[in-house]
Formats: sequence, structure tokens, C-alpha cells
Amino acid sequence: MPEQLAYTIEVFLNGLMAGVLYALVALGFVLIYKASGIFNYAQGVMALFAAMTLVGIQNGQVPFAHLINAIFGTDVHKFGWSVHSFVAIALTVVVMIGLAWAVQRFVFRHLVGQEAIILFMATIGLAYLLEGVADLMWGSELKALDVCAAEGVCLPQGLNSWIDETTFETFGYGFFIDNLDIVASIVAAILVVGLVMFAQYTKQGRAMRAVADDHQAALSVGVSLNFIWILVWSLAGFVALVAGIMWGAKSGVQFSLSLIALKALPVLMLGGFTSIPGAIVGGLIIGVGEKLFEFLIGAPFLGGATENWFAYMLALLFLVFRPQGLFGERIIERV
Amino acid sequence: MHDTGGIENNRRYEGNVCVKDQVDSYVTEDGRTIGPVVMEMKNITLRFGGVEAIKDISFDIREGEIRAIIGPNGAGKSSMLNVISGFYVPQEGEVWYKGARRPPMKPFQVAQQGIARTFQNIALFEGMSVLDNVMTGRLTHMKTGIFSQTLWKGRAEREEIENREVAEKIIDFLEIQAIRKTPVSRLPYGLKKRVELARALAAEPLLLLLDEPMAGMNVEEKEDMSRFILDVNDEFGTTIALIEHDMGVVMDLSDRVVVMDYGKKIGDGTPHEVRNNQEVIDAYLGVSHD
Repeated sequence: MPEQLAYTIEVFLNGLMAGVLYALVALGFVLIYKASGIFNYAQGVMALFAAMTLVGIQNGQVPFAHLINAIFGTDVHKFGWSVHSFVAIALTVVVMIGLAWAVQRFVFRHLVGQEAIILFMATIGLAYLLEGVADLMWGSELKALDVCAAEGVCLPQGLNSWIDETTFETFGYGFFIDNLDIVASIVAAILVVGLVMFAQYTKQGRAMRAVADDHQAALSVGVSLNFIWILVWSLAGFVALVAGIMWGAKSGVQFSLSLIALKALPVLMLGGFTSIPGAIVGGLIIGVGEKLFEFLIGAPFLGGATENWFAYMLALLFLVFRPQGLFGERIIERV
Repeated sequence: MHDTGGIENNRRYEGNVCVKDQVDSYVTEDGRTIGPVVMEMKNITLRFGGVEAIKDISFDIREGEIRAIIGPNGAGKSSMLNVISGFYVPQEGEVWYKGARRPPMKPFQVAQQGIARTFQNIALFEGMSVLDNVMTGRLTHMKTGIFSQTLWKGRAEREEIENREVAEKIIDFLEIQAIRKTPVSRLPYGLKKRVELARALAAEPLLLLLDEPMAGMNVEEKEDMSRFILDVNDEFGTTIALIEHDMGVVMDLSDRVVVMDYGKKIGDGTPHEVRNNQEVIDAYLGVSHD
């Protein structure tokens, strides 16, 4: 196999893996946008918040330690135990559901029927509030997130070297794929299949689709909008947690994690704001596109660093030629 | 001629509470059996800011009857339907349902109590197929939640099959089998109205509220719709309350009629009585109010 082709394939595969993460973040946006028409700017911060909560619980950190110490003059920081990853994930899910309830109860319940721009502004406020709360709760230092740590959440360590060896024997070139990327892809695939099954076949899923389609009609068939909104915020919180874990495991849990929300924007332009498959395909296209573009054109001809802007340029092109995205509902103006 | 006015007088009250109808049911001229009162509106007043949309209106709906609310445009008919279905909460008055006073409720709670409705300007799930739309009407009958659905797969499947059967039966009944898989957004207006009726019926409601079921239809479609309304009432015994401003259609269809004008009740009785009511004639022919 020629060297150049083999490299290209490897870049392609790595692009797919990066795309999975973009897709996960975009998925959270789509869930909330479909059901409530709210463009949730806070989705990235939710991922950060979820990841920080997970690490905090895992390490047995005392929440609001600084605040408590400042008020009571104590000096507590840790409970002195560490929590098993699975338990910590379960607890974080509970926290995210609580967050969903609070967001609905204290913010959006009071903004029902407001214009989209007002709802959007509310999510910007929410993003900064949540960032502050996360900081106050768990502190702002960079933390390492390791869900695998000897607890077997990850695939066997030998998998990537096995792929490396097998491909070397067959093609004469060994592909290197990060273990974490494989896990992320599998988890994302399960998550998406699970979400689609949920939406298609369960009572709550049906109700969710009903709310996404028409609020008034949903009310008339006995669906509580409030419940469904809490449900979608919880689901988005769960998706944020998964994205936060994957991203955090890659580059540590730090505040820049909240910026992945910006990377999800071009994904949404491509996939459409209302389509779950769109978010996935859009994420993969952006992931692959930016890696391949950098490898084939950016690095040799443009002096590199094209990954930073490629996604946005692609999104701009889509906005001009296909504003509803690949899978979004077609925009038809009737006169 | 049957005297419906008598029903009012046969009721026994203790204070403000109707204890029991002495006449629980009666048979109409054309042999239809009308049951006891299922819903009663008592002195309902609804205001929007300074505007009184409904002024101190009382009437009842009996089991098994087709009850019409008619009146010229802006008379407050739709507002009244919205009060019954919980979309509006009246400032004054009481709503009695199945013999008990109904506390202020959200529309979805009202729906869960067995009151289904359609809308004047059609509220369907445009992105779903006809069958999926009708299936959403079954939501109030779906018991199994997320967790039991994953744990007890068999029970969830059985429930799904049962709900599907009801939906298919109603689709057959309303003669929309041919379009069951069609996305609703592609249907013409008349068929959409019928799908909306199907969705409401799928809930197997005790009380069905129809908001101008024949608005914007041609003569043929109106005849079809009238036939379906009568058939539904006949076949499933569903109590129906409908709003219409086309007098002709209503008179043929309904057992009893409430007439509203400028938010006030100006007539209540059989179609025959209402037709001969001077106030009603004035309202429809446009005698100046002074």
C-alpha cells in the first residue's frame, strides 16, 4: 500500500473519531432545540459542569469547599474517599437531572411563549451562571479525568496495538487509533441508537416527538409540556456528560471544555438544527473534513492551522447554498 | 314535543350543589336516550384584561348527547370551549365534571380526564404520519413508563398492540385507511380535519369537544363530517360538544343548543326551541343592541 494513501486513511479514521465528539455535543443542542425551540448556548458549559461534577465525586471532593471554608472558617476539602466510576457516573446523572429540573423551574417556565431571541439570551446567562457555579462547587484547577482507572470501563489496553499489528500484517502499514477514540465511538453509537429507540418506541419518546411538533396539539392529547421539557434537558444533560467524559479524558477537565459548544455550531449548520441523524453525520463530516483538509491542502499549501477555521468556512458555504442543512426541515415560505 | 326546560326544574339542589337529577335520563322525540349531566358550567365569567369574553354563563352537557354552542363571530364560543378543555381559566364560576367540582387544571390534565378536543385551525403533528398522529391520541392510555418498558418487554408490546388496534379501528371508521402512512403535512384541509377528529377519538374520550369541525369546508365535506359526527355519537356513544356558526348544520345535528352573543347566553334548548327564540333570531339577523 502506498505510504501517502495509508496516511490519508489514518487521517480519515482519526477525523471520524474527532467527529464523534462534535456529533455528541451537537446532539445535545438538537434535543433541546427540537422540543422547545430553545437554542441552548449553555450546552458546552453543561458538558464542562458534568465532567467537573464527575471528577469531583470520583475524587471525593467536598462541593462548595471554598465557600464553606470561607464562611465557617473550616478547612475541609475532601471527604477522604474515592468513588467507583460507575457510581460516580450514576450520581452525576442524578445531578444533571436536578439541573434540568432547576433550569425549567426557575428559568424557562417563566419564559414560555417568549421570542426565540429572549430564550437564547436566557441560555447565555445560564451558561455564565453555570460556569460560575461549577467553579464555586469544584474549584477551577485543571483535573485529570480517568474513567478507566483499573475499573474496566475501557476496552482492553491491547486493542489499539492489536489493530496496529493486524493492519500492518494485512496492508503492510499499521494504523494507529487511540483506545479512547474507539470507546468514544462505541459509546456514541449506543447512545444514538438508544435515543432513537427511546423517541420511537416509548410513551415518553412519543410524547417528546409530539411536543417537538406542536405544543398545543401535544397538550390536547394529554402531554405535560413541563415534564417533557425537564426530560429533554435531562437527556441533553446526559449527552453533555458523555461528551464531557470523552473530551475531558482526552485533554483534561478545564474551562476551555465549555468552548466545544462553538465547535458544535458548524456541525448544526451542516446537519440541520432539528435532525438527530443530521447531528451525527454533520459531526463526522466536520471531523473528517477538517483533518483531511489540513493533511492534504492546509499543511502543504496554506501553512497549516486550517483546523481552526475550516469547519466555520464549510458552515458558511452551507448557509449560502443549503440553509436548512443536510437533514433539516425544508424552509418553505408560503405567501 | 319534549320540554327540555323541565330538566332544569327537576334538579334538586342543596345550597349551590346539585345533589342529584331527578330525571337521570330521558328519551328524545326521535328515540335517542340522553343520559345524566356529565359536565356543568356554573356562572362562568372569563375576562381578558378589561374585555369580558364570557359573561356569567351556565349550561350543562348530558351524557350521550350532541350539544352545540352557536353564535355569531366573536360571541365567545371558542373561549367557552377553551374553558372546558382547560386552555383558559375563568375568573369566576365553577366547572363541574362527573359530579365533582373540577379544580383549575392544565389542558393536559383535562385531556387525561377523558376530554378530547379538536381545534378551529387544526393542530396536528405535521411531521408525523396519519397513523402516528392517531397513535398520539392513545398517549393517555399508555400506562407503562420508560423503566417498565425496558424491564417488561412483553407487557409493553401487548399494550402497544392493543393501542394500535384501537387506532386502526378508528382509522377504518373514519375512512382514512388509504392515507394512514401519509405525512399529515401533505394532506388537503378537509382530510386534516378528519385526521384531527381521529386523533381525538383515539383517546376514547368521555366528552369530545369539536371547535368548528366544518369551518372552511365545501358542502360535500360538510355532509361527510356531519355523518361522521353522528356515527361517532351513535357507534361509540361519545358525548359531543361542538361549536359552529353555520346554523343549518347545527340544527340537524344536535340534541340541544346553547346560543351565545356578545359573551352572553341568549338561548338554550332543543333546536326547535332555539329557532323560535326571538333573541336568537335578532342576534342572527342583526337587530341593533340597545
